[in-house]
Amino acid sequence: MSLDRSQVETVAKLARLAIDDSEINDYVSSLSSILDLVDQLQAIDTTGVEPLANPLDAAQRLRPDAVTETNQREALQTNAPQAEAGLFLVPKVIE
Amino acid sequence: MLNKTLKQLSDSLAAGEFSSTELTSAYLEQIKARDSALNAFITVTDEQALAAAKTADQRRANGEQSPLLGLPIAIKDIFCTTGVKTSCGSKMLDNFIAPYESTATSKLSDAGMIMLGKTNMDEFAMGSSTESSFYGPTKNPWDQESVPGGSSGGSAVAVAARLAPAALGTDTGGSIRQPAALCGITGLKPTYGRVSRWGMIAYGSSFDQGGPMTQTAEDAALILNAIAGFDSRDSTSMDQPVEDYSAGLNQALKGLRIGLPKEYFGDGLDDGIRAAVMEAVKTFEQQGATVKEISLPRTELSIPAYYIIAPAEASTNLSRFDGVRFGYRCDNPKDLMDMYTRTRSEGFGDEVKRRIMIGAYALSAGYYDAYYRKAQQLRRMIKQDFQAALSEVDVIMGPTTPSTAWKIGAKSKDPVDMYLEDIYTLSVNLAGLPGMSIPCGFKDGMPIGLQVIGNYFDESRLLNIGHQFQLATDWHTKKPAV
Repeated sequence: MSLDRSQVETVAKLARLAIDDSEINDYVSSLSSILDLVDQLQAIDTTGVEPLANPLDAAQRLRPDAVTETNQREALQTNAPQAEAGLFLVPKVIE
Repeated sequence: MLNKTLKQLSDSLAAGEFSSTELTSAYLEQIKARDSALNAFITVTDEQALAAAKTADQRRANGEQSPLLGLPIAIKDIFCTTGVKTSCGSKMLDNFIAPYESTATSKLSDAGMIMLGKTNMDEFAMGSSTESSFYGPTKNPWDQESVPGGSSGGSAVAVAARLAPAALGTDTGGSIRQPAALCGITGLKPTYGRVSRWGMIAYGSSFDQGGPMTQTAEDAALILNAIAGFDSRDSTSMDQPVEDYSAGLNQALKGLRIGLPKEYFGDGLDDGIRAAVMEAVKTFEQQGATVKEISLPRTELSIPAYYIIAPAEASTNLSRFDGVRFGYRCDNPKDLMDMYTRTRSEGFGDEVKRRIMIGAYALSAGYYDAYYRKAQQLRRMIKQDFQAALSEVDVIMGPTTPSTAWKIGAKSKDPVDMYLEDIYTLSVNLAGLPGMSIPCGFKDGMPIGLQVIGNYFDESRLLNIGHQFQLATDWHTKKPAV
């Protein structure tokens, strides 16, 4: 299955990516060839097969709802592009 | 001392032949002298390494005798290491100083190991050649114009070129076994859930697994002894008893039942690799193993199944890189959407963007059933094929890769060309089984890997097989000319 330019742009937008005009044709062709490859599986009859999410069929483990970590806000915010007074700063969201 | 195996170095340290400080300095000098050509390391942590070596020497002086005490190791730059840049091979994390330590590396340092530095890798572990790193390609020491494989290419090269006696890698679709094969070293991907994923930057969370990359299976056992085990911080860590993986290395292989999947010896396989693998199988027959042909009929379908599920998981995992809390942020964002979009477009490389977009597409409304759900159903069928095979044989053997290392740039134009190189490794991750690659020969001067696949939590048997093979052959002792 091949994708067209507008489909690639839509997927890019969903993924919060922007593809340059100069590169868009490369993406259209490489993504289309990946989809051609993965489309092989459409020929397989999988009726009645339970999807496998965890390779060991393990269920998500639960733990008691107890605090196990200590507050490390300052240490963690040292990696923030912009932080102030314990808050992460982002461009203005609400006018 | 730099040609010794980890086990030999451990014995030498215990015998007092040299100190950990002397050993660590010797490796740091090697890295300094030779890594500008190979590019195996992104970061060399010399000061910390020498301080840790000093501590290890003190611990030994105080009577401590653990087998890994004072031994150096290189760590793939996907493991968070406190206070050290952890880039995952990406511009996105070029400025990221990990504020916490991964479970695997913390267990290694508890055991007394010394981190020499962080190794190069395909960006976010997405690749089979270590060419997609933001820090440039790593060179294969057997031919510096060739790729080392990937994504743990830096770790493989560090061990192959004797810049480190051991390394930690990760394997989502072959990223330990394939570079191990292409660089002529031993690499073990444990059972999914055997080694904690905590602090390992996520790519495909239902596949990712850390493991040892070493000269020998005996060395891999030493590392696995330290890193295996349940971790409450990893929600998919398996609560299974940890064995002493060194204990069974010397068992005889008489009666071992080996299965050779006919699909692993088909048209796409290089004849030189086929011959080397069959020669290796003969070695096991001479040791009393029996061999039979088996079938893993959906081997080819592991490529489409993997290249839907892994990108789907990647698109979800990599949504955290938004320029808000850590990592790269674009200059002068005009609003929130502009910040997200430019941060991600400037911070990620092409292959990462491709996989995010394939994943987003496969998960999007209207395509979920046709792609993601279908691939997960196929994943179960592939697992069932392995289970059927492993009810008849103890282990499965075959080539790790269809070809030896290719020239840098030769497969980077069409991503699908590269994906096909993973044909023999992907299905093992889909099924969550343990797999190992050990050196078994050369083709035109380039190393060949034998893959051994075992049942769930059967790492001891794989390492036993690897060790017995390495007692009978000397492929693992070959090293590239400097």
